Amino acid sequence: MELVFEKTKGLRDKTTHYCPGCTHGIIHRLVAEVMEEMGILEDTVGVASVGCSVLSYEYFNCDMTQAAHGRAPAVATGLKRVLPEGRFVFTYQGDGDLASIGTAEIVHAAARGENITVIFVNNAIYGMTGGQMAPTSLLGQKTATSPFGRDAGLQGSPIRISEMLATLDGAAYITRVSSHDVPNIIKAKKAIRKAFETQKKGLGFSLVEILSTCPTNWGLDPLESLHWVRDNMVPVFQLGVYKDVEEGK
Amino acid sequence: MGKVLMKGNEVIAEAAVHAGCKYLFSYPITPQSELVAYMAKRLPEVGGLFLQAESEVAAINMVYGAASAGVRVMTSSSSPGVSLKQEGISYLVGSELPAVVVNIMRGGPGLGSIQPAQSDYFQATKGGGHGDYQIPVYAPATLQEIVDLMRDAFNLADRYRTPVYILGDGMLGQMMEPVEFKEVVNEELPPKDWATTATRGDGGPKLTNSLFLDPAELEEHNNHLQAKYAKIKEAEVRYESYLLDDADYVIVAYGTVSRIAKNAIKEARNQGIKVGMIRPITLWPFPEQPFIETRDRVKGYLTVEMSAGQMVEDVRLAVEGRKPVFFYGRTGGMVPGQEEILEKIIEMAGGEQ
Ligand SMILES: Cc1ncc(C[n+]2csc(CCOP(=O)(O)OP(=O)(O)O)c2C)c(N)n1
Repeated sequence: MELVFEKTKGLRDKTTHYCPGCTHGIIHRLVAEVMEEMGILEDTVGVASVGCSVLSYEYFNCDMTQAAHGRAPAVATGLKRVLPEGRFVFTYQGDGDLASIGTAEIVHAAARGENITVIFVNNAIYGMTGGQMAPTSLLGQKTATSPFGRDAGLQGSPIRISEMLATLDGAAYITRVSSHDVPNIIKAKKAIRKAFETQKKGLGFSLVEILSTCPTNWGLDPLESLHWVRDNMVPVFQLGVYKDVEEGK
Repeated sequence: MGKVLMKGNEVIAEAAVHAGCKYLFSYPITPQSELVAYMAKRLPEVGGLFLQAESEVAAINMVYGAASAGVRVMTSSSSPGVSLKQEGISYLVGSELPAVVVNIMRGGPGLGSIQPAQSDYFQATKGGGHGDYQIPVYAPATLQEIVDLMRDAFNLADRYRTPVYILGDGMLGQMMEPVEFKEVVNEELPPKDWATTATRGDGGPKLTNSLFLDPAELEEHNNHLQAKYAKIKEAEVRYESYLLDDADYVIVAYGTVSRIAKNAIKEARNQGIKVGMIRPITLWPFPEQPFIETRDRVKGYLTVEMSAGQMVEDVRLAVEGRKPVFFYGRTGGMVPGQEEILEKIIEMAGGEQ
């Protein structure tokens, strides 16, 4: 029989703990496939952050380091700066981790042009702690800590991380993609590949922001969640390449 | 290599280089700024790197990353900055990563002052961050002692897989003294086969981690840490005894204060009061033995600190109420003078002799 599909070697044989309809699992697979296809599983150290994806250290089939909440870019800096040439370092962070408690670390890692790859999973909410407002929550979005809907006057407006970081000279490749349907998932994988290639070429900081779901805390079913990303998140967090030094952008 | 005249902060830096540390991640703060400036020039010469972090929070987490990769790494700061590092230090402990953290203490609380203090004793010796843990703390009193202790600090960190503090005060950082860097053959240390350097065919993926969701597993991890602390307590205590043999009274002081106290002790002896000194070199583990040995024959202890009274609690624990324990301290960056200490000694001895 012809083998038409095989699970990527970039993931270990372990059932993930993610809720049905959450796209963390899909994004894990994309990152894992890219590492496998580039043949860098044995050359890579991943940094797990604090959030639902903290246990990614149990899923990725490469060396992993678990970082304090928001500090993954600093930990990745420490790793990358002391490891021998040819090692890859990536962080995997949620929006609470990266865009709230860890803003200083992500901005300065980008500003220094740290030659690392950041996988930034934006689901517009704090998943792990039970659905509190995130810096990327949409205006009007009801969460445990914005029960009347996010109000710009009270809680400010969503932060667009990719646009912000793209203004920094150290950033080499910044793009926002989505995980809400197959064409977008294919694009997301290409973006992740390009980010790791950017690191391989030593061009500097690369970040892929991936719009993602949280059916459990949004109170939607898996399909409704995918539509919610398409209909509500994409208009606010527009998809596209924000920085690409290779293309002179 | 003969003796060279150097500033305390530079001695810490050069001693770290001699101990094989090639990486420093720090954020500027007085009174340890000379240390980072020295390393910014020096580390590239040995193929290493100084990186100025965006904050002390970032610095300690860079240390966490570098330590996870298995290299000798250090961060340096002063009191307010060390407060910011506490979460990261707790993570280093939890993940069992070796590193050296230098605190050149200044007056607090808050922004306090930039003058010398010893008011971070509690923070250094009683945990500091969250969780059940201890950190070995070395408190050098002279610049030559810094040279000797830096290597020991890195070795201890590697041997037990723990962060280690070097605790000094602003005076120690700023003073100048001749020091000698002797070439020493380093002791044999266990291989860092746990380091996350990317697998490269060395077996399955490795993990640096302090998360244990299962309470039974976390308890086991804590028991493992406690067993390690018991070993450190048994093997790593250091102190200096000074004129203890015939002493009726004992001064307890560490770091630069012990030097001022020594002068006061000499003067007291000229006046006929037999005073000696216990100088803890490791603040944790605290040297209990010299107290056990002296508490039944001396008349009292006087703890002198640049704080409102922190180490004195450990002295009382070691003396177990068998003799009076007096305290004299100055705070806020004020330094206890030799005359003041002498007065306290005379007072303790029951007035003019
Ligand atoms: C210093 C600190 N503060 C708060 C927390 C609690 N906490 C854990 S995860 C989390 C939010 C994570 O949200 P996000 O990064 O969006 O990831 P998600 O769970 O949605 O994937 C918070 C606040 C913590 N672990 N550490």
